[in-house]
Amino acid sequence: MWSGTPLFPVSASTMAPRVDALYFFLVGLTAFFSLLIGSLIVYYAVRFRRRAPDAIGARIEGGAVLEITWTVVPLVIVMGIFVWGASVFFAMSRPPDDALNVYVVGKQWMWKFQHLSGVREINELHVPVGRPVKLVMTSEDVIHDVFVPGFRVKADVIPGRYTQIWFEPTRTGRYHLFCAEYCGTRHSGMVGEVIVMEPDEFQAWVAGGRAEGSLASEGAKLFRDLACNTCHRPVAQGRGPVLEGLFGRTVTLEGGGTAVVDEAYIREAIVDPGARVAQGFRPVMPTYQGIVTEDGLLQLIEYVKSLRDEDRR
Amino acid sequence: MPSHPVLLPPRHYLNDGFGVKSWLLTRDHKRIALLYLAAVTVFFFIGGAFAVLIRLELATPAGDLVTDDTYNKLFTMHGVMLVFFFLIPGIPAVLGNFLVPLMIGAKDLAFPKINLASWYIFVIGGTFTMYAVVTGGLDTGWTFYTPFSTMSSTSAVVPAAIGIFITGFSSILTGLNFIVTIHRMRAPGLTWFRLPLFIWSHYAASLIMVLGTPVVAVTIVLVAADRIFSFGIFDPNRGGDPVLFQHLFWFYSHPAVYIMILPAMGVISELVAAFCRKQIFGYTFVAFASLGIAVLGFLVWGHHMFVAGQSVYAALIFSFLSFLVAIPSAVKVFNWTATMYKGSISWDTPMLYAIGFIGLFTVGGLTGLFLAAVGLDVHVTDTYFIVAHFHYIMVGGTIMAYLGGLHYWWPKISGRMYNELAAKVGAVIIFFGFNLTFFPQFILGYLGMPRRYHAYPPEFQVLNVLSSAGASILGVGYLIPMVYLAWSLRYGKIVGANPWGAVGLEWTTTSPPPTENFAEAPVVTWDAYDYPTQVEGHVV
Amino acid sequence: MSDTTAEAGRRPRPALAHHFDDLAQQKDAATLGMWVFLATEVLFFGGLFAAYSVYRGWYPEAFGAASHSLDITLGAVNTAVLITSSLTMALAVHAAETGERRLLVLFLVATMALGAVFLGIKAVEYAAKFAEHHVPGPSFHFEEEALSRNAQIFFSLYFVMTGLHALHMVIGLGIMTWMLVWAWNGTITKEYASPIEISGLYWHFVDIVWIFLFPLLYLIGRHA
Repeated sequence: MWSGTPLFPVSASTMAPRVDALYFFLVGLTAFFSLLIGSLIVYYAVRFRRRAPDAIGARIEGGAVLEITWTVVPLVIVMGIFVWGASVFFAMSRPPDDALNVYVVGKQWMWKFQHLSGVREINELHVPVGRPVKLVMTSEDVIHDVFVPGFRVKADVIPGRYTQIWFEPTRTGRYHLFCAEYCGTRHSGMVGEVIVMEPDEFQAWVAGGRAEGSLASEGAKLFRDLACNTCHRPVAQGRGPVLEGLFGRTVTLEGGGTAVVDEAYIREAIVDPGARVAQGFRPVMPTYQGIVTEDGLLQLIEYVKSLRDEDRR
Repeated sequence: MPSHPVLLPPRHYLNDGFGVKSWLLTRDHKRIALLYLAAVTVFFFIGGAFAVLIRLELATPAGDLVTDDTYNKLFTMHGVMLVFFFLIPGIPAVLGNFLVPLMIGAKDLAFPKINLASWYIFVIGGTFTMYAVVTGGLDTGWTFYTPFSTMSSTSAVVPAAIGIFITGFSSILTGLNFIVTIHRMRAPGLTWFRLPLFIWSHYAASLIMVLGTPVVAVTIVLVAADRIFSFGIFDPNRGGDPVLFQHLFWFYSHPAVYIMILPAMGVISELVAAFCRKQIFGYTFVAFASLGIAVLGFLVWGHHMFVAGQSVYAALIFSFLSFLVAIPSAVKVFNWTATMYKGSISWDTPMLYAIGFIGLFTVGGLTGLFLAAVGLDVHVTDTYFIVAHFHYIMVGGTIMAYLGGLHYWWPKISGRMYNELAAKVGAVIIFFGFNLTFFPQFILGYLGMPRRYHAYPPEFQVLNVLSSAGASILGVGYLIPMVYLAWSLRYGKIVGANPWGAVGLEWTTTSPPPTENFAEAPVVTWDAYDYPTQVEGHVV
Repeated sequence: MSDTTAEAGRRPRPALAHHFDDLAQQKDAATLGMWVFLATEVLFFGGLFAAYSVYRGWYPEAFGAASHSLDITLGAVNTAVLITSSLTMALAVHAAETGERRLLVLFLVATMALGAVFLGIKAVEYAAKFAEHHVPGPSFHFEEEALSRNAQIFFSLYFVMTGLHALHMVIGLGIMTWMLVWAWNGTITKEYASPIEISGLYWHFVDIVWIFLFPLLYLIGRHA
């Protein structure tokens, strides 16, 4: 009966052992204190059971030393756990610079993945072993959540925002991918698999994918189709800002303040252009909300990222 | 023990007027408590019936018993019914209503008419919500997360939200009544540090009811505005932020957890003192722990949103504060344990529930540390680990304390004693059924089984079957007290004013008490739980 | 003056509820109860102010532009009306405490009249917003296209905040009607003025909420 029943999940990422170590420490701590309290109350209940109907307990009001001890000792322990948990979380929230980017769009009730190479998949994500992977995620409708138990990572996928997680798989195989934020009728059907492959197998898989072009080149095509290039030109006379070399810079805004040009800023500039206008420009750009899909937005972002200073004319 | 048979007092609150009107228009806090008892018992069994269906569905990996939409409605209504209509009102509105005036030597709560009104508000709110259940159901989860609840769900969100909004006012008014009563109606000589710990914990819980509930009320108004008028406050397509809803929701709903557990802790303090016949070890520390929990409880809501795109630093602050709130809870557990040392411990049913509470609350509290540790929470949040954790607190904690308190004060409420053997059997069945239901869920959660799943991968089945088996035992366990408590109302042995030999003002008046509570207004000259001076007996 | 006291003397003493020891305790309890209730109210509006602060921080331009479209004159007049009603309310409390029944009735009527004027002006403002298509939803239209998306958030909050405030005003008028009846039939006396005092607390609170709403909704971004 137990043969097919795991009691502990596989550890398949560099993060998994760190999370598991904290988990085992806390399991030990819980067992220790539960048994301590449990055996004390059972022992007292037997040892000091009422032997005569009119017996009353000893007169003990309390003790400051004990109170301070059992306030300070737990405090020290939990502060230790706090620091430990925080350090693991810091590592989780700092993706390495060389991470492979994959874009994720969740919608009721499926997952869409876009690789930079232009390969797209649904409910399956192929990644190479031993290489950090960063997922940049958003939703088309309600809040979803990417959860890969084997990697011990999870993050909500929120409409109107980009969230991210990263992981570095340590062993090949197929791992569950769950939607962990309730999202309606087929929430429990919004599941998929992460398929971790040897790097050469992964290369072969990418080559065999029917990609029409890289994500950035698809973004470029969309950029032309939407006629963005009539205002955003690589020369400074356009009605809109020059996009070449813009990604990652800090721009000054009309009406004061600054903004870092990241994925979220570009997304906002397309769907809500009036919200944060760059200095020196008028809010003349119409919104593209409902015209560009979330997939398309990600392609445009990848295109803007690909534009270098050198491309300016 | 007197040799002649004990009789019910000739005049008491139960025979002071008969007929439907004498109940439905009563202003006696004791009768209102019984009205609440009837109402929350109905909601408890409705919510429990949903749980049974959930566990039946999860006995197999495939979603084969009910459709996915039905399943989503089942767990939503299970949560809504039991959180808003049982756990939050349960102990305060039933036991608190009955006991707060008795324990402080008052004739009634400060505002008897408001007390009755809050029962009607509660019933009207419950009716609205039940209306939502029968006309299309509700499938948003009890948390109503936007934008699913505002833009995607096609179920009866607005009637259910109105029901919860209305019920919130019942909670606010009950808390207001308790606060004013405890401040202004204490018997002469009953200073703050002579109050039973039950009163302290109800005071702390009342603060949360008064200060937390309005925030969720206005949040529900915003959700309704989005849904009815398509306002778009939480609509990401118009620049609204669905996560803002979570902040507002948890600003109430995390403290609401302490509305559920603080009164339970108060009950446990009473039980431990009474059945050890001993003062609570470190009375002042336990009293201030209640207030500490109430205050810190308002500062930790963000720990529900560690994976919801919160900034790293916000997450760290909420994690830190969440660890701090663990300390007063731990202090309470240590003090209860220390109280048992050199007590005169009886094994009556209420004490069995108290011992069960301390054990299960310890496990529930310690597993909370897993969730406060932000790096570990990322893996276990939104899984069955968190489901197990909060059921250890809510079911293992609050319901154990509720049942323990109901048994302890049953002779005071009814004037009669239940069958002790049946009660012991029931308590043991509930304890084992509970652990079998919820312990496997910790393992399932760490394995990665997400919550609110209608169907799941086959390797999780064995643990789910164990859990479902436990649920059926637990379900039977909850029916047992219904039977023998009802039986005792007519056939139970009549007991005197103080069958347990306990101290506390409520035991100085007759069982059942007269409508005005005390024949003579009490004057208090002793500390709480002062057994050596207040009862005759020898110290062990 | 003299006939008021004489009349109060003829009436039975105000009933002391059975569960209180004396009138002082009863009054203390009732006053504390109202303060606790107002604490609830602070948190009720507090949730809205929190949402407002978040969105205004994100969309200052849209909030400024949307705020400009409100009629500041009507808003200012309404502020003056409410402050005056607080004054008449305070005078009503004073009249109740000194047992001057006719003055009490007069000031209560004045307070209610001012409250009704406030609601009337509010209704005029709402009607204008409907006419301008500034009500969020499918037919929403805002003149500055680029800011239209986030301006909807401002108007959503505007309607929820002022709507809930207006609801509190309506409830306040209900309470005042009740107090007027009690003042008229002599239930309120010098010894039993606490119902007026407690209703006054509520009325002042509702005014104070408006004192916060007016600058936040009408006056932001005026410096630009």
